[in-house]
Amino acid sequence: MLWSIGKDSTVLLWLARKAFFGHVPFPLVHIDTSYKVPEMITYRDKFALEWNLNLVVGQNEAALKAKETFPDGKIDRIACCKALKANALKHTLSGEWPRKRMNHQTRQLEYDTNTEPYTGVIVGARADEEGSRSKERYFSPRDKQSDWDVGDQPPEFWNQFKTDFAPGTHVRIHPLLDWTELNIWEYIARENIPIISLYFDQGEGKRYRSLGCYPCTTPVESTSTTVQEIVQELKSGKFSNIAERSGRAQDKEDGGGLESLRREGYM
Amino acid sequence: MEQMNIVIVGHVDHGKSTLIGRLLADTNSLPDGKLESVRLMCERNAKPFEYAFLLDALKDEQSQGITIDSARCFFNTAKRRYIIIDAPGHIEFLKNMITGASRAEAALLLIDAYEGVQENSKRHGYMLHLLGIRQVVVVVNKMDLVNYDEAAFLKVKTEYEAFLGQFGLVPAAFIPIAARDGENMVTPSEKMPWYAGKSVLDHIDDFTQAKDKQELPFRMSVQDVYKFTAANDDRRIVAGTVMSGQLKVGEEVVFFPSQKRSRVKSIEGFNQAPRTTISSGEATGFTLETQIYIRPGDLVVKATDVPPLSGTTFKVSLFWLGRTPMTVGKAYKLKLASTRVTVYLKEIVSVMDASELQTEDNRREIGRHEVAECVLETLKPLAYDLAIDFEDTGRFVIVDGYEIAAGGIVIGQVASEASAVQKYRAQRDASWEKGLVEIQQRQQLLGQRARAVVFVGDRAPELGKLLEQHLISNGRLAYYLGRASVLSGMGADYTGALGREEFVRRLGELAHMFTDAGLIFMTSMQECDDAELEILSVLSDPFEILVVVCGLNPFSQRVPDVQISDAMDLESAKSQVVQLLADKDVVPEYFL
Repeated sequence: MLWSIGKDSTVLLWLARKAFFGHVPFPLVHIDTSYKVPEMITYRDKFALEWNLNLVVGQNEAALKAKETFPDGKIDRIACCKALKANALKHTLSGEWPRKRMNHQTRQLEYDTNTEPYTGVIVGARADEEGSRSKERYFSPRDKQSDWDVGDQPPEFWNQFKTDFAPGTHVRIHPLLDWTELNIWEYIARENIPIISLYFDQGEGKRYRSLGCYPCTTPVESTSTTVQEIVQELKSGKFSNIAERSGRAQDKEDGGGLESLRREGYM
Repeated sequence: MEQMNIVIVGHVDHGKSTLIGRLLADTNSLPDGKLESVRLMCERNAKPFEYAFLLDALKDEQSQGITIDSARCFFNTAKRRYIIIDAPGHIEFLKNMITGASRAEAALLLIDAYEGVQENSKRHGYMLHLLGIRQVVVVVNKMDLVNYDEAAFLKVKTEYEAFLGQFGLVPAAFIPIAARDGENMVTPSEKMPWYAGKSVLDHIDDFTQAKDKQELPFRMSVQDVYKFTAANDDRRIVAGTVMSGQLKVGEEVVFFPSQKRSRVKSIEGFNQAPRTTISSGEATGFTLETQIYIRPGDLVVKATDVPPLSGTTFKVSLFWLGRTPMTVGKAYKLKLASTRVTVYLKEIVSVMDASELQTEDNRREIGRHEVAECVLETLKPLAYDLAIDFEDTGRFVIVDGYEIAAGGIVIGQVASEASAVQKYRAQRDASWEKGLVEIQQRQQLLGQRARAVVFVGDRAPELGKLLEQHLISNGRLAYYLGRASVLSGMGADYTGALGREEFVRRLGELAHMFTDAGLIFMTSMQECDDAELEILSVLSDPFEILVVVCGLNPFSQRVPDVQISDAMDLESAKSQVVQLLADKDVVPEYFL
């Protein structure tokens, strides 16, 4: 399961804990671009230890070392997302690039000796986020190159999904497809899920509505300090008509930026 | 706020995306900037703006000008919040239309007033019926192209009403509209004063929520039985989603098709207050008072409720989407609730092209996009209901290879004569090439009786190997074949796509060959049930199968020949099996 530390994937993680009665019987993969807000890493490690999670962290170490990133001024935003997120994810899942795993004894991340490829990932993507995501399936097979053939996806009948795969297929599962941003916050309120404080106003009249890398994500003007206030804000307040990813700079770079990224494995 | 899924279907180019775009715009449901960004994109590409572009957000769709998948979007009325699914009208994308429609509680079906009823108008209408969507409003679009003429509207209405009537689907309404101009969309159209009915939006608000299934008999399909012993959690939790009814702690439950019984000891959950009742719609779990052997796919029913049907043969109505036709005699996988079983098309009653509903007889196969009434047969008994009584346990999909190739509903029970596996064996035996040697000669030569011994349970492989060693060192000819050996050699092409019964069938064939050669054949299965044992027994007949169970007994009918408790050491366990072989005269006692 992918865990970006954001609200959606944390809700997904919570659903896994509910589904398995307090346990999470699969690894949680976090792709660390190194440009995450530091608080995200603190939060991640705290709950990985507290909830006894099998946390696996992947990174594009080569690109970071060579400073081939947008913040270093070498490439544009889309190319940076591709390198630090899409490629890092692809190669972390395949086991080709080094993976670090949380050692619950030493409480440290250590290089993982297991380099077996993961054959599937559970992802917190939602259909209402932007156009290309609204075409996703709950169970979405990708071929060996992670390619997504939008025009030829398996049928899903009632609650029956495509669960048989030829060897070598990689599958993405999107349990939150039909959830909205408001559903997410209402569920966080209902379950009292501990959510990272970056989503709340810390007294400066600003909060993050969507979390990403700090060079490309800007906070929104909002004085919401609690989950309930955010729910109100989304229901009837200032955000009831503004797209959630409006603070994500990479979405604006070209008309279908995110769609091209998704074909290449971005989530 | 109440929420509802509705789907918009209809023939290609009859205006679905325009209608949705219009609904979003007219109900102020577009995020700020969305309309603007689409207008901008149109400008950039020198195209006139269309409401449809709002949905067809993907690049390649806009270049093709058709919806290729079921896009989802959201809008609110004063009454409730809607998830609206735009289903593609092109025949090639029928599976996408089904994906969209199967999640909907109600449907709007569009017909172009100018083009009239087309092939997919009919096909989609029939699909809505099969998918179980009972609330349908038919929207006759592009009335502007027929000068808002009532006669043109009535012509479409009469023709389509008659078609839907063939399978008993009665739409809530027919509405004449012009989606592009907003006629009859939100407010009554001034251009069609002859139409006295409600607008599209008012009809959408008139749809009713699916009935609460809490009052129905209890049904839950076992998704899995969880044990988290490695994490110091000794609960054994039967997990699944309650499809209908309610269940309380202390109530007696029956698991179908095995008909094992127990009582609910506790309701389990994470981050919730302790509770004693579970009801329809909940994904949940419970523990049992007694330890019984349950498998994923078992159907849990309350002892006091109506039992489900159970058997190997049943009549269905299905629609085939597979690239290759469904053929009589080929093995497929059937998925019904959480059950997965190998299934065969036994008999085709009738095939109809969904757009025409013409019945054709004497068919041996069901082609792509055809609807058929047919009889299916499984190797193992299956618990199910008729779709008309319980939709969740009365509908299924069929997997061909790795792909979902059909969806369908159960419409009747069929009494089975000889089981599929018995017929299969009769055929096999009839074509078996017999040698000149009788089995008695082999047995005499080897000084033993040929038998198959199946070890079941976690410790089964160890015990089987020990016994093989014991027999060989005592001069008997025995052979132990482990699961991995079966899978890696003659099962190399077995991928699991056919279901477990195919593995069991191959194991049964091996048992037959080894025993026919006069050997004592041994194998182990971590899991097994009465139906699988029956398949093994039929295939290895005339040689009796001896059953050694290590740990929890998975059988409800078959009494194990030897039962080994978890506490017993392997040496004592071995002695027990040796004694069994002596008692059954498999091996003369003086040899042991």
